[in-house]
Order: sequence, then C-alpha cells, then structure tokens
Amino acid sequence: MTEKGQALCDIKFLDFGMSITGPIVGKYFSDHGAIVVKVESKERIDISRTYVPMAGNIPGINRCGWFDQYNTGKYSIGLNLNRPGGIELAKTLVAWADVVSDNFTAGMMEKWGLGYQDLVKIKPNIVMISMGLFGQTGPLARQSGFGTMMQAAAGFTYPIGWPDRPPTGTSCPYTDFIGIWYAIVAILSALDYRSRTGKGQYIDLSQHESGITFLSPAILDCTINDRIVPSMGNRSSYAAPHGAYRCAGDDRWCVIAVSNDEEWQAFCQVLGNPEWTEDVKFATHLGRKKNEDELDKMIEGWTSRKPAEEVMLKLQEAGVPAGVVETGEDFHKDPQLTHRNRFVRLDHPEMGVHVYEDSSWRLSKTPAEIRRSPLFAEHNEYVYKKILGLSDEELAGLLVSGVLE
Amino acid sequence: MKTENLLSPYRALDLCNETGALCGKILADLGADVIKIERPGGDSSRRLGPFYKDIPDPEKSLLWFAYNTSKRGITLNIETKQGQEIFKELVKSADFVLETFPPGYMSRFGLDYEELSRINPRIIMTSITPFGQTGPYKDFKPSDLVALATGGFMYISGDPDRAPLRFSVDQSYTQGGAQAAAATMIAFHYRQMSGQGQHVDVSIQECFVTVSFQVQSHWDLLGIKQRREGVRTPRGKIKPRNIFECQDGYVSWRIFVADQGIKTIALVDLMKEWGEIEPEVENVNFARIDMSDITQDQLERWEEGFAKFFAKHTKAELRREAVKRDIMLFPVSTTKDLLNDEQLQARDFWVNVEHPELSAYITYPGAPFKSTLAPWRISRRAPLIGEHNTEMYEEELGLTKEEVRLLKEQGVI
Repeated sequence: MTEKGQALCDIKFLDFGMSITGPIVGKYFSDHGAIVVKVESKERIDISRTYVPMAGNIPGINRCGWFDQYNTGKYSIGLNLNRPGGIELAKTLVAWADVVSDNFTAGMMEKWGLGYQDLVKIKPNIVMISMGLFGQTGPLARQSGFGTMMQAAAGFTYPIGWPDRPPTGTSCPYTDFIGIWYAIVAILSALDYRSRTGKGQYIDLSQHESGITFLSPAILDCTINDRIVPSMGNRSSYAAPHGAYRCAGDDRWCVIAVSNDEEWQAFCQVLGNPEWTEDVKFATHLGRKKNEDELDKMIEGWTSRKPAEEVMLKLQEAGVPAGVVETGEDFHKDPQLTHRNRFVRLDHPEMGVHVYEDSSWRLSKTPAEIRRSPLFAEHNEYVYKKILGLSDEELAGLLVSGVLE
Repeated sequence: MKTENLLSPYRALDLCNETGALCGKILADLGADVIKIERPGGDSSRRLGPFYKDIPDPEKSLLWFAYNTSKRGITLNIETKQGQEIFKELVKSADFVLETFPPGYMSRFGLDYEELSRINPRIIMTSITPFGQTGPYKDFKPSDLVALATGGFMYISGDPDRAPLRFSVDQSYTQGGAQAAAATMIAFHYRQMSGQGQHVDVSIQECFVTVSFQVQSHWDLLGIKQRREGVRTPRGKIKPRNIFECQDGYVSWRIFVADQGIKTIALVDLMKEWGEIEPEVENVNFARIDMSDITQDQLERWEEGFAKFFAKHTKAELRREAVKRDIMLFPVSTTKDLLNDEQLQARDFWVNVEHPELSAYITYPGAPFKSTLAPWRISRRAPLIGEHNTEMYEEELGLTKEEVRLLKEQGVI
C-alpha cells in the first residue's frame, strides 16, 4: 500500500455536483489527493460559473470566485448527456469510479439512466451519494430552491434577528455548509464498509435534514419544554455583557462575552474600573442581565473610542473572550490566519494570481494540496485518453458529434 | 447475527466538551464504540442549558443529550498519574482520540499526539480548539460569539443599520464538531491505507472562515467589503426583499423576473384566483421584465402588493400553494414548524429515544443521511455520569472491585 502520498490518493471520484453543496464535497476529496472528474456541458454548465464575484468584475465562465474555490484540483470534462453517446460515455466513467456524487433535485440522474439502480449494473460496488435539497423521497423531493430559501426552511433564518424586527438570516448560503461535512463522513465510511464487506451502497442526503441536526438542542427544547428559540439579537441567557460593540472607525465592531464574575472583574479592570462598573446593579450576573440595555450603552461608550483590534487584544490579554467582527479585508491581515497559512496565492490562467483557501483542519502527515480550479473542459484529453483509454480516432469522433462540449 | 454498522469495528476516546461533542456523536451514530471520558463529577457541558423540563441538573442538560447519543460514558481524571496510565491503556485499543482542551494541555500530562502515537502508531488524534494548536491567538478565550465574529460570519448577518449578528442557537460547536468529523475520516482513510495515524488540528475560527467564503472572495477578487443586508439581497443595482411577514410568522420569497418570471406570475394567478389581487401587481408581466430595467422604487412598490397578500395567509397555506403551483416560496421555519413538517414526517426523519430514568421517550432529529446498508441509528441515549465505569474498568480492563473503589477514593474515576 502507499506509504506516502495524499490521504485520499486511491479514490476515483465522479462529480456531477453543481452550484455549491455538490462541488464542495468533491473539492475536499480532490484537495486530499483523490482523482475527481467533474462533469459539465456547455448546455448545462455548473451554475456557480455564473455567480458573482467574477475576477476583475469581468464576466466569464472561468472567472467566478465560487466555482473557482469549490472545484480546486478537479479534472474538468465536457460531457453532454443529452447528445447521442453521452450517457454511454458517462457509464464508462462510472465503471472507472469508486464514488459518484450529485446534488440535482430528485429524479434527474434517473432520467438520464444514471440512477443508483442503473449504476450498480455497471459497477456493483459503487458508492453513490445524492445530496438533494429535500432528499430523494417525500412530497418536496422535486422542489428546487436557493441557499437563502433553504436556510429559511431548515430553521436557520428565524434565529438571526432582533426581537423588534423580522428575522434576517445571513447573506451566506448557510445550509450548504452543513450537509457537506456529513457527506464526506458518509462517503468515507461507506468506502471502509465496502473494503470490509465488498458491498457498495447508495446514500440519500437531504440538505434540509442534515441542516436540522445543527439545531438539535433547540429542537429538544421545543419537544420537551415547548419553547421556540426566538431571535435575541446577540444576547444570551448565560452571559452579560454579550454582544457586538461599536468601535472607532467606519462600521467597526468587537464582540465581548462575559459569562462569570471572574471575567467581569477582569473586564472592569481593563476599562480602568470606572465608577459605573462599581454600581451594585452590575455586581452580579442577574443584575447585569436585568440592566443589560444600560450596561451595553456604558460599554459602547468605552469601545467606540478605540480601534476594534485594541479592544480585542486588551480584553483577551486579561482573559475576557473578545474578537473583532472581521471583514474580508481583516481576514487577510489577521495574524492568526496568516500564521496558519489559511490563504494560499496561486495563479490561474484567466483569473490571475489570487487567493485559495485551506480548510479549517490541518493534517500533520498528509496536509491538503490545493491546486487551481480547471477551465471548462480543460481535461478532456487527459480524462478520455489517459483514464478511459480512448484512441485519438475515437476522441475525434466524439468531438465532431458534440458530446464533449 | 449482529448487524454491522458503517463504523462498528472502531473505537474513539472522546474527551470533548460542548465545543466538539458532535464529532464523537457522528462517529457513534454510525456504529463506532465512542467512549466519552468525563472528569469525575461530569463534563462542563452538563451544566449548560436548555434543561429537561427546565430543571438545571447535570443529568438533564438537553445540550448534553443532543450531542452525546450512542456513546458510552466513563469518568477519569487524566490530570492524575494513575488516570494517565489508564488512559494510555485505553489508547492501545482505540482508533481515535477526540479532544477540545486548550493547546498544550494534553502535552502537560504526557498525552500529546507524539506520546500517544508511540503507544499506538495507528491512533488518530483530533484536536478541536477555538483558533487551532499554533499561532498568536491560540490561547485566546473562546466563545460562540468570538468564533462567529472572527470567522467573518457576523459582518454579513443582520440589519445594515444595527450591530452584526450571530445565531441565537450556538453554531460554532456544531461546525467545529462536524468539520472535525470530516477531517478525522480523511485521516482515517489514510490510516487504513498506510497504517499510520496522525494529528488533526481543527480551528473553530477557520470553520467559520470556510462558511464565510464569500467575504474573503469579494475582497480578494474585487476589493469589496461585503456587508450585512438585512431582509434584502443585492442583485446587480437592486436589492430584492427575501423575507416577508405572513399571518403567523414569516415566509422566504422574492420577485423573480425574465426567464424565471413565470414563478412570480404563478403567485399573481393565485392572488387573482382567490380574489385578492393587489393593484400594484395586477397588470405586470414579470416574464417580460429584465432585472436591469427595474428601479428599487418600482421593485418595492410591487413588493408592497405581495406583502399585503402574504399578511392575510399562514405559512402552511402559502407553502401548500407554492408546492402545488411551483411558486418558489418557503416558510421561515421555527423549531416547532420543523417538528410538524410534512416532508420530514414523510421521510420518517424524527426518532424517539428512550430515557428510562426519566420514564420518557424524547423526539430527536434523526439521520443526517440515509444509506441503503448499515443505516445510521441512535443506539442509546447520552450516557449518565460514569454509567459505564464498571463495564469498562472491571469487565474490560480487568480491575477488581477493590481497585476501582480505591481509584474512586483517590479521585481518579
């Protein structure tokens, strides 16, 4: 067996993923050494190739930040499943693969004759995962939708907001960042099960369901105590002060979380123990909770005269949890992220030199190797000739018939 | 015959507090033998709410229940010499060690990865910490709020005229735990191939940097500082609203035009059918309108028309029609809505878990994915404090009752 090399270097991964969820899963396999072949066609490009931001604000299918980040190191091929011969070609790739992944709405893969029942006929021990919004069965299986809507349906919009206003949710497609972790676990567990038993299998991951697991304590609070967690701004029943406080500068903020008396004492000391901190109404947690509006005002009186970085560093030095509300600009200056080489600069033929991100984990022996994303159909020749072993003639024939576009 | 689960042959020693407990749960619900190792008296997360029937009690924390299912539980003080010896003994037969101590804590007791890998070179050690094992912030004090702030998430969440927001339900712990589980399985695949374990270093700050990718990307590619936009999402020059109030809460919906205008027209048709059409939208052909031709004022006038309609109907009513007519509308679900959700019920998502000491069955969120073989399942409720001490110390490690009693007296277990 391989002594060195990448953690997943023996895995062959056929990636029909589109938009965000599907591609990210393939990305982590690719970053850790799997051969990931990404299937698209001109007629049906990965829609994330059309999302903003585009490098330099110039439109182009090879210039989108989302696509670029979530398809690192993959082999891109053109394969039009609606052209004669397209599905047969896809099936040859299935025979090559260990893992087939898609995140279409239910029924799409079946329509092409590429459902799990079809794939096992080609490769009995294939591991296939489908990551639909609502899963493959049930009344909503065929419902399509966008990230912000999924976030709402899965219960993540409601708990972001102020008590006196409608909830806002977040601007990022939050639920796209939940199912993917379970998908990685599911695929790798299924592969190990396969190596023990010889059996492949089908995994039906619903983004809706996997998302809800991240609300488990709130769900139990509802089933047991009949309580619905409201949007509480930044407040917490367990801590006060607990919020984001305005700092000096344009829209600069630092969060502060004080959850016990020891932290409160340390906090007051950093402020220089001004008179208001001695007020008995702030002496206990209950008192601070009861007078939280006033407390927040007093704190902002202090923070608003200082840069956010200074507030964070001074409080952290004293052992009080605090952190700058970081912007994209802050990320690139953050000494911690810099120390951990979170951002890697790589060249890309159309986008130029720009940032690719490492993951949240560092593996001591097999660190991820991040390679730039492919141009559309960049690896037709490599995949069709080297991997599938097609001859120049066969390839030429396919090119003429338009299957490879 | 015992049914084999996906991860049945493997064992994890789980030293995580609430900031990483989900990692062990994910492995445990897939069949791994996950042994939760708590300090004598119980893990700190047992003191965190919410609580069963609002009774604060270390055996009634719903946070503990939620993220420790299918695990066994023992107590062990790894700060004592004897505790360390016992822990090392357990490491010999384990595949994973999961921990959330501050960086440097494990090495203080001779239990860091280098040491453990000498005992068992196949061991995978996963450390989940607020900022990772190294770097200038590694010793910073953690909090869910701090992770979401420094991870870039808060700056893009909330209303533009107020402070950036976090979720009112902690998310740094679940992101940390689930991302750690994914990383652990990647290291595991390598272990199965090469025979070598390794150290997995997870930073919770970076878990949110991953989630907030668009923040980094907008800055890097365009020099744009993406901000929070409240209930609206920018699309070119305009900002369509995507949260609307309805009779019993909120729905997520927005005006679609051009190619997708048909979805908006489907809603207009519904309003006409029900005799509730509003003048603002009555004669607009949304399929013939291009996004770039709309002004914000015009958009908001239309939105007012739709808002009046939504306000008269419930989430359930609107969703029912949306599914039937292919109107892209979703409820802004509360936890209660989720418990009544038809799709989740149709897929048998919820599971009932028995808690014999409470004489109760509690409804839990079910499988994060369904698999055709060896399916996910909760094999038991979260362990009580020291519930499996006898099983582990006497039956497995072969200590006598007397030895266990002594260890208890000395505060080791």
